[in-house]
Amino acid sequence: MSDAPFFGRRVLRNEDEVLLTGRAQFIDDIQRPGMLHVAFWRSDFAHARIRSVDVERALAHPGVVAAYVADDLGDLWRPGPLLVPPPPIEGIVFHERCHLPLAKDRILHAGEPVVAIVASSRYVAEDALAEIVVDMEPLPVVVDLEAALAADAPILHEGLDSNLAAHCVQSKGDYEAALAAADLVIKRRFDYDRGVAAAIENRGVVAQWDEAEARLTIWDTTQAPIPIRNGLAGMFGLSERKVDVIAPFIGGGFGPKIMMFYPEEIVVPWIAMQLGRPVKWIEDRAENFYATTQERGQIHEAEMALSSDGRILGVRDVFLHDTGAYDPYGLTVPINAQCTLLGCYDVPAYHSEFTVVFTNRPIVTPVRGAGRQHGVFVMERLLDTAARELGIDRVEIRRRNYLSPDSFPHDHGLVYQDFSSLIYDSGDYEPALARAAEMIGYAAWCEGGRDASRAAGERVGIGIVSYVEGTGIGPYEGARVSVEPSGQVQVATGIGTQGQGHFTTLAQIVADQVGVEVTDVHVVTGDTREFHWGTGTFASRGAVVAGNACHAAALAVREKILDLAAKELDVDRERIELGNGRVADVDDPSRQMTLGELARRANPLRGAVVPGTEPGLEATAYFGPSRGTTASGVHAMRVEVDEETFDVRILDYVVVHDCGRVINPLILDGQIHGGVAHGIGNAFFEQLVMDDNGQLQNASFMDYLLPTATDVPRIRIDHVATPATDTPLGVKGAGEAGCIPTAAAFAQAVEDALGIEGFEICEIPLSPNRLFELVRAHRTGSRA
Amino acid sequence: MGHAVGQRISIVLQVNGEEVHADVEPRLLLTDFLRHEVGLTGTKVGCEHGVCGACTILLDGDPIRACLMFAVQAAGHEIQTVESLAAADGTLHPLQAAFHECHALQCGFCTPGILMSLVPDLDGLGGLDDAAIRERLAGNLCRCTGYQHIVDAVRQVGSEQEKTR
Repeated sequence: MSDAPFFGRRVLRNEDEVLLTGRAQFIDDIQRPGMLHVAFWRSDFAHARIRSVDVERALAHPGVVAAYVADDLGDLWRPGPLLVPPPPIEGIVFHERCHLPLAKDRILHAGEPVVAIVASSRYVAEDALAEIVVDMEPLPVVVDLEAALAADAPILHEGLDSNLAAHCVQSKGDYEAALAAADLVIKRRFDYDRGVAAAIENRGVVAQWDEAEARLTIWDTTQAPIPIRNGLAGMFGLSERKVDVIAPFIGGGFGPKIMMFYPEEIVVPWIAMQLGRPVKWIEDRAENFYATTQERGQIHEAEMALSSDGRILGVRDVFLHDTGAYDPYGLTVPINAQCTLLGCYDVPAYHSEFTVVFTNRPIVTPVRGAGRQHGVFVMERLLDTAARELGIDRVEIRRRNYLSPDSFPHDHGLVYQDFSSLIYDSGDYEPALARAAEMIGYAAWCEGGRDASRAAGERVGIGIVSYVEGTGIGPYEGARVSVEPSGQVQVATGIGTQGQGHFTTLAQIVADQVGVEVTDVHVVTGDTREFHWGTGTFASRGAVVAGNACHAAALAVREKILDLAAKELDVDRERIELGNGRVADVDDPSRQMTLGELARRANPLRGAVVPGTEPGLEATAYFGPSRGTTASGVHAMRVEVDEETFDVRILDYVVVHDCGRVINPLILDGQIHGGVAHGIGNAFFEQLVMDDNGQLQNASFMDYLLPTATDVPRIRIDHVATPATDTPLGVKGAGEAGCIPTAAAFAQAVEDALGIEGFEICEIPLSPNRLFELVRAHRTGSRA
Repeated sequence: MGHAVGQRISIVLQVNGEEVHADVEPRLLLTDFLRHEVGLTGTKVGCEHGVCGACTILLDGDPIRACLMFAVQAAGHEIQTVESLAAADGTLHPLQAAFHECHALQCGFCTPGILMSLVPDLDGLGGLDDAAIRERLAGNLCRCTGYQHIVDAVRQVGSEQEKTR
């Protein structure tokens, strides 16, 4: 018996069984006959000139098949492509400096690849790395954001007279007037450092060149196989129809597996074409810390002008953003920070200005949250300070400044990362705030709870913050839905999947329209052989954009089913009942047919397919939103700080989330849990420690701490739903939301717990050690 | 350089109940042996230095990190991998079923290691509270789930164990 409609239900996942039994194929599980293995020689120096590269001894090593340097790549050796151009903002400055497939004469960050060694096994390839001689002249290194802009800083890129990569100003209203009218002006500096994405699966590429078919097949841990296919086809001078890119099961993405055109993504397929043999490269964990993109490094000088009743009159924020050695992903991360700072609030005047800086660090591109958490941290911290200075409750100051529910769509007058206007389609923030405050026990805490806790000698505090997340941006996704003669339904879409549950959520959407069980719907993602068009999974857009495309295709198939059923059963279309894998005459249910039989009749071997119709119960549809849809929420947490060790224990964590209509609450909960855990890591555990020479000091999981099960609390979730207004399904994205406000809530809660007069937390990540330093510096009036 | 490179040693071991004979280099990691020579790719490799737990397998019934062991060290021992959990007819092991029912996996890459860490002591899961369950899980990293649904799954198995006692 069907549980339809499936939309909105806690449906268990279709993809679990192969994953649980170890049968799912991940990148390193792919074996091809005669396959060779690649290892890369990477620079230890963070900034250097390459004088010469000698691979002769490495080539003589038994088992080594080939060694390639930049000069071997011919025309393929060129920077780029630029993945995201700068948005159309007046006066914007952007210096495009994209990474190279192999370094030729300059090294700009540690870990840049110089030589690709091909051998009979990875073991042998790594043996041979030791035989490569690269003569290098080390150059002065700059890793500090502010130092990189100093007049005497070593300059990374030729043709530029400084390390300024970009500059962008966006504003609305008259901030100077707001400042003049203000009763209170809060001004603070905020440092937000960041870590690695740390998917448990590293990256990898397997490539195979079929000479007879002139066909290139690439298995790639990418979130966006179609752009990778298109780009590689262009680079290799092949038709897009002769290049297949397959993203197998992927062990976590979190951003860096986006369409990066990493050196390995270009060089490994090229080697397969050179040698006519399959080749494999699997990134190891040490490589991942240098060779996979990261996200971090913003310094904000922010100012908020308020009236005495706590209304925001204006915000001014000037910040530096570290892009690392190159800027292939354009300005997505700083634009996200710039736009997301406005949050849930009515900010009449805003002046935001950022400078993007090149440093001798690994490349920065979006990681879950993608700069949004930086903006949220700045805004929420300013509000906390304002509340304290004005003697207004911190929940109340937020409530007073929320955009009212009747102000949507709300146009902020800025340009967002997708190049469209920053317009919130919908939202209703107060109910989420009230619910989160209630769940965390905020009122009781304020009315005696805190005093009682203090009296008992505890150092407990509460943090409560809100945020928005722009999700579901365009340009488009597509889907093809087909009913097969077996009665099973096949769905193909161009997005990639890294654990988000698309095999189930997309199946739910389709099952509802086609009238089958969710387990009868088989979704294929991330395989260009199955679907030609699309963009990828990033920016919390999969469920929104591909979801609506699947919905549209499924609706079209439903129409075909009803049309053909009416003909085959000889009843009026309106009298056809569709469900449980069958069509039937509502007036005479004995007159029925399985969808499989109907599919067979839709593809006849005799007779004619009527002109103007198509064979098969199949349809392809696309969905292209003109702009994204804005999700929002409130996080609240209760923490306890150990006064001696400065360890922080999270006692309770509450999320009240609004992502519109929910496809699958079970999967949504999982997305939020994971995001919060990531946010907790970001707030208190994870930090890339880099020395002045551009060397990471903690490039292993021994030293770079990911939160474990004992570090993450039970997270209690509730929802409010303001449906997306510009998409048929009303869904908003949810993939990144969990990690966006976590640091801001954490800082507020820790401040509350410590209760030290005048002590403010203006940086993330923290650690017990760092908290100790900050408190000591505050008490002694020194600089931490 | 090392005289052992290229040298091969004959080993015999039990893998998922079957005897396996192989000639391996002494430096071949047990993970690579199981995954690429025996063809059991369910065991995953996440960090190669014994922290993430994705490569956890059973050696003579005890969970170990296969990335910290050489294949030659496993000679004469009995190994079980995630592929051994489900019944021959495909019926999921109760722990696997609980992971499915509680949505305790997302990308699924760390999952085999977590299952193999828990499997040897299912009896011991009965009656554990959240904190104790989290201690049991603390040796395995998961970046997707935030662990909560994994805790739920373990709790579910624990209460089933208690019922059948």
